[in-house]
Parts: sequence; C-alpha cells; structure tokens
Amino acid sequence: MTIKNETKEETPVLNVRNIKKYFPIKGGVFKRTVGQLKAVDDISLSINQGETLGIVGESGSGKSTLGRVILKLLDATEGTILYKDANITSMKRNQFRPYRRNMQMVFQDPFGSLNSKMSVAELVEEPLLVQTSLSKKERQAKAIEFIEKVGLRAEDRLKYPHEFSGGQRQRISIARALITNPEFVVCDEPVSALDISIQAQVLNLMKDLQEELGLTYLFIAHDLSVVKHISDRVAVMYLGKIVEIAPTSKLFQEPAHPYTQALLSSIPTLTKKKADEPAIKLKGDIPSPANPPSGCAFRTRCPFAHERCEKEVPSLAAVGTEHEVSCHLHHD
Amino acid sequence: MTQQAVLQVDNLKTYFHLEEGKTAKAVDDISFKISPGETVALVGESGSGKSISALSIMQLINKPGRIEGGKITLNGKDITNYNAKQMTKIRGNDIAMIFQEPMTALNPVFTIGNQITEIVRKHKNMSRQEAHRHAIHLLKLVGLSRAEEIMKEFPHQLSGGMRQRVMIAMAISCDPMLLIADEPTTALDVTIQAQILDLMNEMKERFQMALLLITHDVGVVSQYADRVMVMYGGQIVEEATVDVLLESPKHPYTQGLLDSLPMVDKDVNRLGTIKGTVPPAYDFPSGCRFSTRCPHVMEKCHSQNPSLSTSDSEHHVRCHLYPSEVKE
Repeated sequence: MTIKNETKEETPVLNVRNIKKYFPIKGGVFKRTVGQLKAVDDISLSINQGETLGIVGESGSGKSTLGRVILKLLDATEGTILYKDANITSMKRNQFRPYRRNMQMVFQDPFGSLNSKMSVAELVEEPLLVQTSLSKKERQAKAIEFIEKVGLRAEDRLKYPHEFSGGQRQRISIARALITNPEFVVCDEPVSALDISIQAQVLNLMKDLQEELGLTYLFIAHDLSVVKHISDRVAVMYLGKIVEIAPTSKLFQEPAHPYTQALLSSIPTLTKKKADEPAIKLKGDIPSPANPPSGCAFRTRCPFAHERCEKEVPSLAAVGTEHEVSCHLHHD
Repeated sequence: MTQQAVLQVDNLKTYFHLEEGKTAKAVDDISFKISPGETVALVGESGSGKSISALSIMQLINKPGRIEGGKITLNGKDITNYNAKQMTKIRGNDIAMIFQEPMTALNPVFTIGNQITEIVRKHKNMSRQEAHRHAIHLLKLVGLSRAEEIMKEFPHQLSGGMRQRVMIAMAISCDPMLLIADEPTTALDVTIQAQILDLMNEMKERFQMALLLITHDVGVVSQYADRVMVMYGGQIVEEATVDVLLESPKHPYTQGLLDSLPMVDKDVNRLGTIKGTVPPAYDFPSGCRFSTRCPHVMEKCHSQNPSLSTSDSEHHVRCHLYPSEVKE
C-alpha cells in the first residue's frame, strides 16, 4: 500500500485507464459489422518519469496496437489516456499538437519508416519544421547536434537512407524521434530487424540517451532477453490483456502466471541444456483475437486450466509489491 | 570419426560477379563435414555467407553467382559436377531443405495435400492413393492431428507454426539423409519456436538424419546443436563442439558476438559491442576480414589472412592470436 502512495506523489508521465481498442469485423454482402476484434481489451498502466516499461507478447497479443493507441495514432474505443495531468484521449489534432512533440515513436522497420527521397539532415530536421518556429540555421545546428548524439558523423547528413546499414538507419530514426526533446518515447520492436552485434549497439545507445535526456520509454518487443535488458518493469500481454506485470527482476525470477512461466522456459539460453528439467511447453497456437476463448483467454493452452477458468474472466490483482497477475491460481 | 560423413564440403567457393566488375566472395573456401545423426549449426550475422553456403550445397545458385571451386561429397559420392537433372534427384530425396518463411516456400494456390502428394509421387513412384495415405501419415507424424482436413486446406488457412510443420512433413517425406534448415524458426513466436525445434530434433533422431541448422540465434544453437561453425565474411572463423565454443570462445568475433547477446540468464548493465558493421562481400579488408572491427588487431592482421588452425582437432580457429596452437 505504501508503494501506491509513493507513486501518487510522483505523478506518472503516462497514466492509461481501462483502455480498449476494438476493430470491427465486417462481413456479408452489405459489409455489416458482424463482430469485434478486441486488440486491446481493458488495459490500465502507468509509467513514471525516467522509467522503462517493457511490453512483451507474441504476435497478435495487441502490444503494438497498445503503443499506437497511447500515442493517438489510433483512436481508443474506450478508456482514458492521461499525459501528466492532461486528458489527451479525445483531443483533436490541433489541441494535441503541442503534446505530440513530447510523445514520440521509434518504429521497427528502419527501411520502411524513413522517406528514401530525403537526406539525413532533412529527415532529422523535419519534426522541428512542424513543431517549432526555429529558424533554418537553428534547425540545422540542432539536426547536426542530434546526428552526432546518436553516433553518426556530421558529414553523413547529406547522404540518403539507402547509403546506410540497418543499424545506422535505426540511429537516424532515433535522432528524428528525439530532436523535439520528447519526454516519452514509444519504441515498437526497435531492434528486432537488426543483427546481434548491431542490436547491442542500438540498445546501449538507447540506454545512454535515456540517462542523458531523462527519457521515459514504453518498450515493445517480442524478445524477452532484450526486454529484460532494458526495462525497469515488464508487462506480459496475451490476447489484448495484461496477464502479469512486475519489476523486471521479480518477473524473471518469480513469474506467477503460467503463460509467463511458459514464455520464460521456452527461450533457449546458453546455460540451459536439452536434457535439463522439462520446460513447460505450450501446446497449440495463440487463438485468434477475433474469437477468443471464454473465461480466461489463456485456458486453451494452460496446463493448469480448471473448470473455473472456463467460466470466469480473471482480473489483474496484486500477489506482491508492485507485482500483479491475472490468474485464478493466485486469487480466490 | 570412422563413420562416413553424410556430407563433406571441401574448399567450397561461391562468388557473385557483380556489375562494375566487382566480385562478391560470398562463400570463400569453406570446408566441413557432418556425420549421420549429428546437428551442426552454422552461425553468423546477415551477409556472413551462411545461407549461400546452404544454397551452394543444394546447387541452387543463380547468376550472377557461380560455384567457383571446391568439392561437395554426399555419402561418398562426389556431386559437385552433377547436372540439373541429376541434382533434381538428389534434392528432396537425399537432401531436403526448410526455409525461414513457410508462406513463401509453399505454393499459395495448391492445397497442402496436393503439394505433399506431388513430391512423394515424383520421388517415390507411388500411386495416387498410396501417396495420399503417406501424406496423411506424414502430417500426423509432425503433430498435425487434423491431418485429413489439412490435406484439403490452403497454406493461408494455417498458422505460421502449422505451415512450418507442413514444411517439415514435406522435407522428411522421402527419408533424406541430410536436412538443411535455414533459420527455420526466425519468423515464429518463442512458444511456437520451441515446439518446432523439438519436432525437428525428434525427426532427426527418428530417421537418423544429419541436420545442418543455419541460424543467428546462439540460444537455439546451445540447446540443439552438437557442433558449431561461426561464419564471418564468407569464411568459417571458428569451429568447435557447442560446449567448448560457448565456454571458451577463441576468436575475437565469437567472443564479441557472445558478449553482445542480451540473455535472460545474464545480468549486465551494458552489452558488449563489436564496433562497425559487417563489410560487404565485394569489399573485404585485405588481410584478416575481421581486422577492421577487431579489438585485438595487430599489424600482421592487415596484411595476412590467417588460416583455420587444425592442430587441435576439436577446436579450429582462424586468428593470428593463436599462431600455431601448440598447447591449449
């Protein structure tokens, strides 16, 4: 309980309450709505200043949709998004513009997210052109500052994206996201398209910049080892819901939800061997979010599923300090 | 060691002759062998030449690429100079391959049943009915319980993991002695990845196949491979059994690669990095190909490309730091 009071004093940068994002499923001759795809289904979370919250989940879990809804790239179906004290949920474009510079995004694909017809300098400068009233000279100076900050050379600014490798392009994306001095950055699989040695360079860069600029990250990834490395807290998503959220070390040492346990045991590691203790292996595929199972969404793959799981949807509740889990095994 | 190798590759070279007169040495003088029942992993980053090595073994190299030299021996037979017709018999029958993206490897306009029966009828001379029965048997073998229904379905109706199971069923349909898997689980989620890797391992043991596993994921290697070869710049830079390689990597590239991995069972504040990027295959530095990124670079490295040491028969390394490997 004391924890709750503490977090209240320290106003979170972002506070998301009961957010939902449903996509209509159209069918029939007249393209009527025949169902709802619940991509994000009643999620609440908050992120404090300077913190990194990692979101992990398999494909179809809704983690990318959540990131997009938070940044208002998609409109939420229900719920509220508070940025500091401002309710940004239903703001119009013009109202939201001043907030946009504080909330930026780094995308997965460094090939698709940069306009190939713009030089590096133009790419990095562009957000300033839209967001600020700086003069051309000031903009250029700032662009050079950020190009160097992300580890590229100032001479490179006249080159075009195709002249760079994937890792360097991701550096350009990062410079572009950070040039407006945002406080909050959503990183959607920022390193999953990169080779291992390059991935390490970019992760280190993101950590350094976080310290230097006091950034707050929402870090979305499917790779648990990457998430573990960069996050302070981790939320695990399954079919549009958070099934477990805890400080990183706690989640990896004492995972409480069977899904988290299975995820952790299915990652091949360097120390684990074939013959080691039988890992919890999940049967089957993740069900379609358009047609999720009744009750607990995970019950079709859960080795501990019982009668209650079929009927009752478990809710997220505390099992320890800052550790919440949504599973009937832990709550009566 | 006395056992005959399923596959032996000697001094294989595959070059791509690009416009502007450049030559990309994608695979440059690699040699290795695989014994029956053994899993050998080929590890490297993109551009290291690992996929081209596999395609060269299958003789699936197209212009402007060309196999420039070397010898490929399959079960004692030299298949290096086989023509297209002879190779067609080898592929599928003796060597099968599984690719990263099962959606592009399967034909979207034919049913799963169609695609499996086509292979077994071609290679095994089965009648339509026999082929149908064999196909259902294979699908059940790879853990697809709805085999009869899946026979009538199209690839887009299956999930990624199921498609990869179908690919495995197709690969083992003609009892190959060698299975080449090129990043078989990279496109899959972790929980599905574990299922597929276990299945491949099970099939390997059941049919006593040799498995060449191409991957960039060192975690996968540590759990499923017996031996590892690390590729960099078209060459094998280090080769050893899994345990030896992971515990005492010798080559600075292998060391750098292992340090740069974030791992669930490792707690570090900063990841190790290898500076710079992999040089393109048409523009390797002179001397050692890793010299531009190596933290231990010496003068010698710029002028002379080290050769793969063979003094230690279990642990080979291509680096000037280990001159003659007199003692461990």
